[in-house]
Parts: sequence; structure tokens; C-alpha cells
Amino acid sequence: MTTVLQLQSLRKSFDRGGFWSKSDDRVAAVDAVSLTLKAGKTLAIVGESGSGKSTTARLAMRLLEPDHGEVHLLGHEITHLQGKALRAHRKNIQMVFQDPFASLNPRMKIVDTVGEGLRVHAANLSKKERVARVAEMLELCGVNPEVMQRYPHQFSGGQRQRIGIARALIVQPKVLVLDEPVSALDVSVQAQILNLLKSLQQAHGFAYLFISHDLSVVRHIADEVAIMFAGRIVEQGSAEAIFATPHHPYTINLLNSVPIAHPDARQPIDAVEVLADQEDVAQSGCAYRLRCASAQHDCATISAQALLAQQPCACIHPCIDE
Amino acid sequence: MRHALSNPMLMVGLAIVLFVTTMAALAPWLAPFDPAEIHVHAILLPPSIEHWFGTDMLGRDILSRMLYGARVSLAVGLIAVGISISIGIVLGAIAGYFGGKIDAILMRITDMVLCFPTFFLILAVIAFLEPSLWNIMIVIGLTSWMGVTRLVRAEFLALKEQEFILAAKSLGVSHLQIMLRYMLPNAMAPILVSAVLGIAGAVLLESGLSFLGLGVQPPDPSWGNMLTEGKDNIQIAWWISLFPGLAILITVLGYNLLGEALRDLLDPKMKP
Repeated sequence: MTTVLQLQSLRKSFDRGGFWSKSDDRVAAVDAVSLTLKAGKTLAIVGESGSGKSTTARLAMRLLEPDHGEVHLLGHEITHLQGKALRAHRKNIQMVFQDPFASLNPRMKIVDTVGEGLRVHAANLSKKERVARVAEMLELCGVNPEVMQRYPHQFSGGQRQRIGIARALIVQPKVLVLDEPVSALDVSVQAQILNLLKSLQQAHGFAYLFISHDLSVVRHIADEVAIMFAGRIVEQGSAEAIFATPHHPYTINLLNSVPIAHPDARQPIDAVEVLADQEDVAQSGCAYRLRCASAQHDCATISAQALLAQQPCACIHPCIDE
Repeated sequence: MRHALSNPMLMVGLAIVLFVTTMAALAPWLAPFDPAEIHVHAILLPPSIEHWFGTDMLGRDILSRMLYGARVSLAVGLIAVGISISIGIVLGAIAGYFGGKIDAILMRITDMVLCFPTFFLILAVIAFLEPSLWNIMIVIGLTSWMGVTRLVRAEFLALKEQEFILAAKSLGVSHLQIMLRYMLPNAMAPILVSAVLGIAGAVLLESGLSFLGLGVQPPDPSWGNMLTEGKDNIQIAWWISLFPGLAILITVLGYNLLGEALRDLLDPKMKP
């Protein structure tokens, strides 16, 4: 199976100091992230807020410039492309955003918002053809094309998200980056959108880079899963393997934190982990060791990157049983 | 809409602005006398049925001169603000959208211009140029763009991070298109408010300059130079200065009220 998107040891850090401060107070939002996305598959990036998953998505989209590392799209290195050269590649990778209320231009009609990709990438189309293509795409995404002369505020969150998907898919991308596409929707609408995404993938073979913090959503849609913590990938593998036999203590902790509906099936959550400070990120060795229940002395000296190169889990004391 | 109609500030402001605009537009038909016509038998007449607002020391009808003066004030207000808004949008958009070094340079230039006292800057420039209506408009426009620039920059900075802008960038929409079709329409409300308030400022500035003899030159009437003409005789003929003064006051008040009301109305956070 062909690789459509490859991220190679990406790093992005942000300056925490203001204009007047001379300090080198930089925080690495993403560090040494390498991912491979195959055609027609779904790769989910999972992590808590601040773990760098959205930054990874924006680096892949070339909306942010990486400090280090490369982005390969359909075999082309696009990390340093600018202007026209970059624009030509943009139609191959598109994004659906988290907030359906902020992701559509409030002053533009739906037909113009969705048709924008055609204006840029199929400029030879007449206005009539463009409108016809927009209608077709809206229909495909489950929006009645008759409403395309309306403005975004006249739609519900779920409909807006469908419109956002239509806008992204109209240029026929190979890769669709979905940045928490359902986390702002209610659960019933979430399921509709996820099913729409699944059926679109089956029919047209899009590859999804799916960013989420919701494991039940990920279990529903992902083929591959990468777990991120503090800007790094801590565990990576097929969805079945991660959900059936997680190895990294952070992954296990995440899986245990999913609420279980049936009271008898619930397990007590380790008190140590519940009390742990969210801000505790170690600067050396394993970043997770300050919050980890099974941390030992040698956790302070390991190189998580080196471990991840050899095995799917960046932990020196992975949990094998369970 | 009902919310807007029940706002007294908006309605009063709008009424004044419409009234002054109508008066200025219809001046040739409404004016009872030629504003420049000298009547030697009617010098310094107090307000009467024939001359509502009296006559000046050359026997000219004050009301007629005020109606024509309104044209000057409004023309200066609109054109000067048109110039300053255009400059402000272009500079603010570039600074806010591109950020970084361009932003730093443009904003330091803005700060520098802001350091000059505008009125004295205009006085200095007019001293070199010929004082005329066009020069006044241009000079006021060229010295009052800083506020708009900062405003547009702030709006663009906030909009830049919005997801719909990122979506447009992802699609490969050009910078110019993003600025014109995505950001500017979403920043229009505060720009409009600033323009309306700017008109009030420009009217006031023109009156001040004309009062000092650096604006509209006699015999052309302007509210500012009518004040000057009246000041020598103020103890015996108060009406020459009073009515143009009131006109300035009411017009500026009207635009300020309208601007403030629009600010409240267009700010989505203020909506009940």
C-alpha cells in the first residue's frame, strides 16, 4: 500500500517570552514526531490537551513552519516549498477544523465557501460548472444543495461540519486532516459525522489523519493509533493492538480513564495517577515519569526516541501482561 | 432592527446627520440670499423675519452662508476621512496580516506620526502650501490615519488565527484574496464606527483651521471663518458667531452620537 503522507522527526517550539524579554524560554510543542499514513487508511493521533496533536496537524498542513524535520506528501518533500509551488500541492491535503462555528467565514455564502477550492485549483471552470460541483459535493456530504445561497449562521453545528468537510473534499485531496472534527458536536451528531467520514473513505479512498482526545471515537474510526504525550509519540501501532494490549503506562492510563457505562464493569483508577499534577512533565529521560505509577530510577536516563525506534512503545518498563 | 430603532442615541445622531446633510445638499434652493451678496443697507442686522440668523458686517445673510458652510464642513469630513480610512486599511491590513518585521516597522512609523501634535503638524504643512479646500482635505486625511491603522491591525491580528482563515490558507487562497474577501468584510463594523467618529473630528479640525485663517479662504463661507469674522464684533453682534458655532457643535455631536450608537449596535458582545 502506498504511503501518502509521511512526517519525519518534526519539531516545533514556540517562544514563551514576550517582545522585551531576552530569555530563551521556548517550549517544544512537538518534538521528534514521525508518522506514516497509508492511502485509504485512518491514522489517529490521541493525547491530552497540550500534547501537541493539533500542532502536528498544522505542521502537516504547512500552516506552521517546523524548526526541524520533513513533510512528505505523495512522495514530494513539501517542507520548504513556498508560494505557487506549495499551492499546487495544497489540493492534495485538506483539513477539517474543530470548531464548526469558527471554521466558516460568516460573511460568505455556503456556495462561495465550498466553491473556494475550485476557484483556486480549477480556475478554468465556469461559474455554472462550479456551482454544479458545489451542489454535488454538498449532496455527497449530506447537505441539501438548495441551501447553498445561505450564510453559515443559518446552520446547526452538525450541518456546518458537513459544509466544512465538503469544502475540504471538493478539491479531491488524497489526505484529509481532521482536527477533533466531532468534539464540538453532541453525541448523536458525532455518530452521523463519523459515519459520513467512514462512508466517504470507503467510496473515495481518502486517507485520514484523525486528531482526537476521545478514545471511543478513535476506536470507531482508526486503523492505526499514535499516542502523544508532551509533544512526543509514546506509543504507536494498529488500533486493535493498542486497544487490546497497550504497553505504555500513559496509554493504559488513558484507556482506563474512558468512562464505562456499566457500574459492575468499572475498575478503580489508581489513586496516584488521579492525584498527579497535570503540569508534571519531566525535562530529561521519559517525560511521563513524574506522573507514572511504575516509574523507576532508570526512567530518568533513558532516551524515549531511541526506544521508540526499536519497539512500538517508548517505555523502558512496558506493561507486558494485561 | 427593533432594538436599533429604540436606541435614542442612534436615532438622534442619525436625525442630526441626515438633517445637516440635507441642508448642505439643498443649500442653493434653501438659502434665502446669495451667500456672497453684500447689502450695504443691511449691515449687522440682528435676527429677524427676513434674516433669521441676522447679517454680518458686510450685510451678508448668516443663514445662507451657514447653509453653504455646511457643504464645506461635510465635504472636508467625508473626503478627509475617506483618505485616512484608505491609508489606515492598507497599512493596518499589511501590518496585522503579515506580522513580524513588517508589522514592527509600520507600527513604529505609526507611533512616530502619532507623537506629532496633529494640529500643529497641519499648521506647518499648510504654511508651506496654499490654504485651500483641497489642501485642507488632503492634509487632514494624511494626518489622521493612525487610529484606523491600529484598529485594522488589531482586527486582522485577531482574525488571522480564526479557523476559517486557516481553511482558506490550506486551500491555497492568495494573501490578497484572504485579506480582501475573508478578513476585511469581517473587520468592517469597527472601521465604519471609526469612520463616523473620524468625520466629527475632521469637521472640528477644519473649523479650527478656518478660524485661524488657514482653511477655507474668505469670501467663501465656512463655519470656522464665520466665527473669525464674528469675533471682532461679538459684543455688538453676537449672532454672527453664535449660529455657526452652534452648527459646529450640533454636527459634531450628531456624528459622535451616531458613531457611538453604531459601535454598540455592531458589537456582537453588546447585544442583549
